[in-house]
Amino acid sequence: MRKGIRSTSKYRVAKSKIFFGIMCLFSALTMIPLFVILWELAKKGYKQFNLSLFTEVAPTSMEAMFARATGNLIPGGILNGITGTLLILSMAIVIAIPIGIMTGVYLAENQEKKLANFVRHLSDLLQGIPSIVIGVVVYIWVVIPMSSYSAVAGSVALSIMMLPMIIRSTEESLKMLPVTLKEAGLALGGSYSSVVMRILIPSAFSGLFTGSLLAISRVTGETAPLLVTALGAASVNWDATSPTSAISLLIWEFYNDPNLADLVWSSSLLLLLFVLGINLLAKSIAKKWKIQ
Amino acid sequence: MKDKIFKTILLLASCLIILLTAGIVYGLVSKSIGAFSEFGFFGFINSSEWDAQKDLYGALPFITGTVLTSTLALIFCIPFSLSVALFNGEYFRNKKISTIVSAVVDLLAGIPSIVYGLWGFYTLRPIMINMGVNDQGFGVLLASIILAIMIIPYASSLSAEFIGMVPNDLKEAAYSLGATQLEVVTAVNLPVARSGIFASYVLAFGRALGETMAVTMLIGNTINIPAGLSDTGNTMASIIANQFGESSGLKLSSLMAIGLLLFLITAIINFVAKYIMKMMNK
Repeated sequence: MRKGIRSTSKYRVAKSKIFFGIMCLFSALTMIPLFVILWELAKKGYKQFNLSLFTEVAPTSMEAMFARATGNLIPGGILNGITGTLLILSMAIVIAIPIGIMTGVYLAENQEKKLANFVRHLSDLLQGIPSIVIGVVVYIWVVIPMSSYSAVAGSVALSIMMLPMIIRSTEESLKMLPVTLKEAGLALGGSYSSVVMRILIPSAFSGLFTGSLLAISRVTGETAPLLVTALGAASVNWDATSPTSAISLLIWEFYNDPNLADLVWSSSLLLLLFVLGINLLAKSIAKKWKIQ
Repeated sequence: MKDKIFKTILLLASCLIILLTAGIVYGLVSKSIGAFSEFGFFGFINSSEWDAQKDLYGALPFITGTVLTSTLALIFCIPFSLSVALFNGEYFRNKKISTIVSAVVDLLAGIPSIVYGLWGFYTLRPIMINMGVNDQGFGVLLASIILAIMIIPYASSLSAEFIGMVPNDLKEAAYSLGATQLEVVTAVNLPVARSGIFASYVLAFGRALGETMAVTMLIGNTINIPAGLSDTGNTMASIIANQFGESSGLKLSSLMAIGLLLFLITAIINFVAKYIMKMMNK
């Protein structure tokens, strides 16, 4: 009897509709964390989200304790983190983008070669390596020989994380270009290097730019690799060979110190807005300049 | 002449990637030899002792912790990521609402690990305590829930692509036989895209294995083999993040060895996923 009910079309359509509803519900639930996290950070962080966040270095635990005891806002900001992030990030960009783009061009131009296949696999492998492992390796190769934690070690770690994404996006966007473009350039008597540099790369620029921006946004919030390479510093530091702080490292510091815990929210809000901002920018560029 | 130099530069850049990978492997192996020769490879993996006083180290608690949290995270994420994948890949494919949903879910992947950790610590942990999971709220369950949220975007965006690639005529054939939408999904979409979906979950699992900061902040950081969901523990990534700064000698070598193991596991996982996808494209 029950089997009869199950095979009626009414039952089957109802089941299909119920499944549709459940699927929509779960999809909606998945989106909630993003908004809850943003709301939570904004709600708890707006009080400390002021000018001094950008102009003053992180307070010591003692200063914060006095401020809390008198009921004031914790003084200071995260200037040393902001400058550190900028320093580490810009060096990482300088290292990763040229190497990544050149490798990507090589892969796109020599698609069938064994070496290219091998490099492609390795690049995928690099993409999957956990960030902490990359940090540990950079500790072995950079921190130990220099016998000091440094901003440049942090940059090397971040650039290794950026490389696979840049390689991939370069290769993919070059592959999308029509062959005729390259042939026309060569037929006009252009040398191989000028065809690549003046025709292929400019034509695929939006793809390269988007890929690079996404790579940057991915590494900006990284904490684990910086923890074992750049370590952190209490003051603003522009010397690439000494320990340097970063916004994410400061968040980790604040989190571990109960006196400073109130600062966690404003600095996280800044970091999140920065990362999501780059992310959205990259995606809007990708949409606008989409290669036809 | 100029072209030759240019081509050589391109080649050198590619060779740099090979050198980089070799350097990573060599560095990890050379630094972890100390621990492996002291305890033996299997002795190191099998021992659950981690004692700085006695200078005895073993990786078993952390391997268990990593596998446990990642597996749980994978299980928790399936209903959500599969729903999102069906939403974007089948039900609302190429509709405006699916671009919004996929953009929001992609942004979840952009949130830094440490922010997830904070959110888990200040928002989810009190909920765990209220639910009576344990006194402190920390533990395997909390870490797994956050991990699940973190890997949803990876699992869903890839599987949506594979679900969307299912040929229309197969689906239309099923509809013309009178199948309902659900029956088309379960009888056509999912079986056809099966291996692609599987591969995307394998990749998401690989992500979960290596996640560091959020797990470090939420798992409780105790050195023991977790006895259950409510127990605290440590993962391979979190023990490195926790103890790296203060270590030297044999302890440092043991941490490097854990790093090497983590590298090997994620490399194998990624290779398996890539292999499945390659087989699919043939």
